[in-house]
This record gives sequence, structure tokens and C-alpha cells, in this order.
Amino acid sequence: MMNWFHNLDPTAQFVLFSALKIFCVFALVMMSVAYSVLVERKVAAFIQDRLGPNRVGPFGLWQPLADGVKAFLKEDFTPGHVRKTYFWLAPMITMIPALLVLAVIPFGSQLGAQKMVIADLNVGILYTFGIISLGVYGIVLAGYASNSKYPFLGGIRSSAQMISYEIAMGMSVIPVFLIVGDLNLGQVIAHQAQHGWLVIYSPLSFIIFLIAAFAETNRMPFDLPESEQELVGGYNTEYSSMKFALFFMGEYANMIAASAMMVTLFLGGWTLPFAGLDKPAGNSIAIGVIQIAIFLVKVGILMGVFIWVRWMWPRFRYDQLMDLGWRRFLPLALVNIIATAIWLWLWK
Amino acid sequence: MIVKRTKLNLWERLYLPAIIGGFRVTVSHFFKKKVTMQYPEEKWPVPEGYRGAPYLVKDPEGRVKCVSCQLCEFICPPKAIRITPPGPRGSPEAGNVEKAPQEFHIDMLRCIYCGFCQEVCPEEAIFLMKDYSLTGLTRQEMVYNKAKLLELGGVQNDGIWKWKHK
Repeated sequence: MMNWFHNLDPTAQFVLFSALKIFCVFALVMMSVAYSVLVERKVAAFIQDRLGPNRVGPFGLWQPLADGVKAFLKEDFTPGHVRKTYFWLAPMITMIPALLVLAVIPFGSQLGAQKMVIADLNVGILYTFGIISLGVYGIVLAGYASNSKYPFLGGIRSSAQMISYEIAMGMSVIPVFLIVGDLNLGQVIAHQAQHGWLVIYSPLSFIIFLIAAFAETNRMPFDLPESEQELVGGYNTEYSSMKFALFFMGEYANMIAASAMMVTLFLGGWTLPFAGLDKPAGNSIAIGVIQIAIFLVKVGILMGVFIWVRWMWPRFRYDQLMDLGWRRFLPLALVNIIATAIWLWLWK
Repeated sequence: MIVKRTKLNLWERLYLPAIIGGFRVTVSHFFKKKVTMQYPEEKWPVPEGYRGAPYLVKDPEGRVKCVSCQLCEFICPPKAIRITPPGPRGSPEAGNVEKAPQEFHIDMLRCIYCGFCQEVCPEEAIFLMKDYSLTGLTRQEMVYNKAKLLELGGVQNDGIWKWKHK
């Protein structure tokens, strides 16, 4: 069995391993999406003095399964007045970028000889921002294709919001790369393992990035594209069945991608600054697995923050949102870049 | 009404007090006792005088109190009640309650729980009890017959022993 494998040429091995990694990451992300929905509902319920879903399995643990089956069995209704091509395209465009972003995230050091990242790109962060920008098309297209007023309003809001906050988000990470001096996410983690987490060096970057991530993923203080009360659900009003579920899963997949990005950029990725966990695992499979677990726990904690915040604050008004993005965070991020540059120039 | 707009100071404008306040409220509620009632297992206490499903009652010696006067059948607004009177001969097992009904049907799908049957009954033989949320798989199943109504109604110990000395 192993002989057969070693006889393959390196390209075939690479393809095989990549396929395996893609499969594992995809499966894990889909699982996490399903279960973060459950966690969201549970947390929401507990904050509101309720119990939440607890009928399917112990503590409602099989609820995601029931939800999935329900989503598949529902009638996939396409209203007569929609623009069909875009209507079908939009859910896919929402879901795919979120999954693509995860390709460059190093989710562990190594298992054996394999690096635990699907694509070890040298321009990791540029790729990430390029792909994240595509995410807005899904929602805008959904708003446009639905050809009805509430989804349209949702689409407009979302395009304005996501474009504004993308700028603040992009600006906020520049100091990180000024400090590290490399765009490869693996190198960012290596730097953090050596010198300490970047959240300590550049807390302002982290805060701006975190808030912009809330806006980018349409989460609560900034969930204007959806805003159930005013827009009847916003851009996804006309959608049903699995197409709606794709939007829903896209939102959570985006949250996971954003959390993973934050962990990688600011919170040390798969490292912990003690017990030798800050070095690549080398030959030890056990340490490799532990480091993957560390990464997952960190992502989980950030997901918890995302979820908790949703049930804590009311939504921003539209003009407040724009004001915050353009007149607060953008200048702040620029100042942060300059301050970091001066600091590096004078003391390093 | 004039809402006074207070000017926020720098500390408040930083949004931090809102964050801390929100966090305090949500955490305190997170660990509070939950108000959810686990419905089918746990049920709310039905208050006295509740108008649930109408059932027939027996007296303490197990006799049917109903005498087939059909007033309830007559008054019933949705016509949910149907009584088959015993006829001229009566039923031998009814003992000296010679007017006890042969059959007594209440269609629980039609019943509106108005309580007129209980009010109109001269024999205090039918009562709206505390049952709600009656379920069945067929319409037929939801038409309760005499045996079922008597069983569900049970014995009414009200001190009226009308048939004891007759």
C-alpha cells in the first residue's frame, strides 16, 4: 500500500495530499457552519432566558441535521418576476468565496512532512482580500436578481457597507505586514511565534479589523443588508429552500473565514507561547494534532465573540454605519499605518 | 413630547460603556433561570373554572346522572352533541335511572367550549373539565361516545343522591 504511494511522482502525491486536505477542511468547515448555527440559537435563547432547540437528540445536538434535511426537502420556489440567471448565481457566489479564503489559512504547522495549509501562497493576504471582495457580488446580485424592492434595498446597503469597510479592513492589516515584512501567512505566524502575538504590537489594527469583519460578514451591529424588521429579511427575501440555506451558510462560513484570518494575523495562528507549541511540530504527529486543535479553539473563541455580540447590541443606523466606516476607522487606520512606519523606522 | 438630547462625553462616545453595559446584561441573563416550560412534559396549572372539554359524570354509586332531556343537545351552538334517548322501554342495566341515555356523542372537533351544556343541564350531569388540546388521528376518533365521556368525566361527589332512594 505504502509502496504504491511512494512510487507515485511528486506531482501526483501533491495533488493527492491537496485533495485530501481540501476534503478535510471542507468537511470541517461545513460541520462548523452547521454547529455554529446551533450555538447561535442556543446562545440567543440563553441570553433571552429561553432554552433554545433541545428536542432533536440530547441538548438538541442533532438539530443541524434536522435543519439540513428540512432545507433540502423544502420546495425550491423561483418567483416569476426574478432575473433567473443571476437569481441562481447569487447563492453560489455568496458561498464560494468564503470557502476559497480558507485555502491560504495555515491551520496547523505540519503532520509528518505535510504542511497544514492547502495553498502556501506568497501573496496570501492579497489573495484573501481579492476573494473576500468577490463576496459582495453574491449579495448585490441577489438584491438585483430578486427584482423586488426589499431585496433591492438590502443589496444596495450591502454593497455600500461592504465596499466601505473593506477599505478600513485592508488599511488595518497594513501595519501587520510592515512589522512582519512578508505577505505569506505562514511567515506571519512564524514571526508571531518568535516575537509575540501581533495583537500586542498593533492592538488598534486588531480592533479595526475585528469591527470591519463584523461589517463584512453582515453581523449584528452592522447587519443592515438583512435587517429583518425593516427589509423583511433583505437580500434573501425571495429565496427559499437550499438557495436560502446557501446564503445562511455563506454568512457563517464567512464568519469562520474572518475568525481564521484574525487568528492567523493577530492571535498567533496555531501557536501557543509555551510548552514548545510555538515551533513547527517536526516529526511528532501528536504535537501537529495539538496545534491544529489550538487553531480550532482560537477560531471557536472568536466565533463565540461574533455570536455573543449579535445578541448584545442593536443595529446601527445606516448613516451612523457610513460615518463610522469612513470618518472614524479609515483615518484611524491611516494614522496607525503612519505611526507603525515611524516606530519601525526609528526603533528597528 | 420633547426628548432631551444629552451630549455624550468622550468616554461615552468611545462606545465602551455600551459594551460593558451590554455585556453585563447579557451575561447576567445567560446564567439566569430559564422561563421556558417544556410543554408536553410540563404543563401549566389549569385554573379553577377553566372551560375545557365537556364530559359526563357519574354519581358516587356509579350511576349515570344524565336523563336524556336533550337540553344540551338543543342549546349547543355548534351542534356538537348528539343524544340517543333510551326509548319507551329503557335499558335494563341502567337500574332505576330509566331515562339514562342509550348513547351520547360529543364531536370534540365541533365543540367550542362555551359551557352552555353545563349551564343548561338540570341534572348536573355534564361538566366542562380541565382537559384541553385533545388529539386524534381521524375525525371519527374525535367524536367521543358515552363510554369514553363517562370514563373521562369520572365521579362527581356533589352530595346530590337523586337516584339512591327512588
